[in-house]
Amino acid sequence: MTTLGFCDLRVSYDGAPAVNGFNDILHSGEWLCLIGPNGAGKSSILRATAGLVQYTGSVAVDQVEIPNTSPRWRARHIAYVPQSPVIPADMTVNDYVLLGRNPYVDHFASESDDDRRVVEDVIEQLELSRFVGRKLGTLSGGERQRLVIARALAQEAPVLLLDEPTSALDIGHQQHALELVDRLRRERGLTVVSAMHDLTLAGLYADRLVLLHQGHAVAQGPAREVLRAETLSEFYGVAVRVHHEPDGTVVVIPRRVATA
Amino acid sequence: MSDAPGFPVPRHAAVHYSTWIVGGVVALVCSLLIGSMIGPAGPVWWRVPLEFLDRLPFVSIDSGMTPYEWNVVWQIRAPRVVLAALVGAMLSLAGASYQGVFRNPLVDPYLLGVAAGAGLGATMVFALRDGAKSTWWIDPLPLAAFAGALLAVIVTYTVGTAFGRTRSSVTLVLAGVAVTSLATAIQAFVLQRNNDVVRQVYSWILGRLSSATWGDVRLILPYVAASTVALLLHRRLLDVMRVGDDEAIALGTNVRRVRLVVVLAATFGTAAAVAVSGLIGFVGIIVPHAVRLLAGASYRIVLPMSVLVGASFLVLADIPSRVLANPAETPIGVVTAFFGAPFFLLLLRTREVSQ
Repeated sequence: MTTLGFCDLRVSYDGAPAVNGFNDILHSGEWLCLIGPNGAGKSSILRATAGLVQYTGSVAVDQVEIPNTSPRWRARHIAYVPQSPVIPADMTVNDYVLLGRNPYVDHFASESDDDRRVVEDVIEQLELSRFVGRKLGTLSGGERQRLVIARALAQEAPVLLLDEPTSALDIGHQQHALELVDRLRRERGLTVVSAMHDLTLAGLYADRLVLLHQGHAVAQGPAREVLRAETLSEFYGVAVRVHHEPDGTVVVIPRRVATA
Repeated sequence: MSDAPGFPVPRHAAVHYSTWIVGGVVALVCSLLIGSMIGPAGPVWWRVPLEFLDRLPFVSIDSGMTPYEWNVVWQIRAPRVVLAALVGAMLSLAGASYQGVFRNPLVDPYLLGVAAGAGLGATMVFALRDGAKSTWWIDPLPLAAFAGALLAVIVTYTVGTAFGRTRSSVTLVLAGVAVTSLATAIQAFVLQRNNDVVRQVYSWILGRLSSATWGDVRLILPYVAASTVALLLHRRLLDVMRVGDDEAIALGTNVRRVRLVVVLAATFGTAAAVAVSGLIGFVGIIVPHAVRLLAGASYRIVLPMSVLVGASFLVLADIPSRVLANPAETPIGVVTAFFGAPFFLLLLRTREVSQ
């Protein structure tokens, strides 16, 4: 059972605040989705959790504060998938997923058979087996996305951070990737925090949404409570229509500003 | 074949790597042998391997070599061949490591000011000693070049990391550019004041192995050995660094420490190599790339293969340097570029097309 807690988290860049006091607590198997316009602070929350930016306040995994941990400890507990991962074109698929075992390998040692087995399992589970020897430069966008998730899973960390995991994908691959994350969090009890722009998809998969605006959480709760036309219009500055399907799905539809 | 079901690929890759390593070792042994067989003076070429065999324990072969000829081979040719191997291995390995740690394929081991610092140190010696070599109890040239190289890199690193608050390696590279320009400017100023040594400095800059002795080999061997071990130990971590600083940190790597240790180790080795051989260009950038094109881009194979291929390459390049303009020497830097560049262009062309 892993908990991820945020208490009065503040991040600023050169004095300009990006996150202004974020509070939340998540338990194993929970999926929280951060939404909000560009620059609202979504990525900063994820980067602070991954130990990549300085912050004040508290971010803790099982009550262990992030700044008190070593990079190795963090990598064993938190897997971070950045918005645009670096894909070395001439690296092989197997080598790339093997990078996820880095926190378990001694500095100057090589991966053990155990590490290789974990990688094999992940590759099989994500249906990447037929690509193992291929170079990353030859993969399509959807295959790369699965690959990056595979590397994160090879870390066997209980917390998974996803920054815009589907922005580069077509709707088929978007759904495929998100279904995969959903399945894995159920199977492995992962705690997932994602930042997403597609509001309909966010509402479809996450247990809870947090709408951020200028570093403040301005609305939170399940999709039907957060995704309301007036709220979204106010904070995104556009007109939208929100449609409720009979099965509970909330669909957000952009509306054109009437031109005279 | 990579589509085979199951997971033979990791093992397959390991076999593939060991094949390359064995090939590299064989190439190096052959180069060392060929290097010691050919030269403007000394015995007929085929007597050399026989004589080597004869000197192995439990082997007795009459090579018909005179003691004078053996002296030429052992005291003049052999140290030169071994030194070429050490310098070639060091420059290639340092180049590959720099490229890994800065994630920049255009980087060479002289990036952070090693070359300019060493050049300045050497220039100072040439300018100050004006012919009075006998008054020195030790040859100050390698010492000054080594000190100049280290000093330049220390300045680069101190300045580069002090101002580079964004943790980016770009600041470090820019600091290297600035330090290089500064050292080059001072060197040009000193040279202008001492016109008579321009020729000597110029020939030093083009690199030379002609005066190599076993003393030179002993001088740089500890640095090259320590640096090689340190860098080879980082081969897996350099693979992790390929995904960039942020992701490498998120994967549990202490990126700054890895970068510092790798840069220091590569610099020490390069400075030692430069101190005895001058500035031999081209090896540090082309050999690692040739290895990547042939054996794959993982640093697990790039680093050890750079050692083997770099050593072989410089040993072979030194042969034309000895015999082309006999009795004069062709600077080895000229030979490496003259033969290496077309070969690399060919490799680039064929491998790009076949991929």
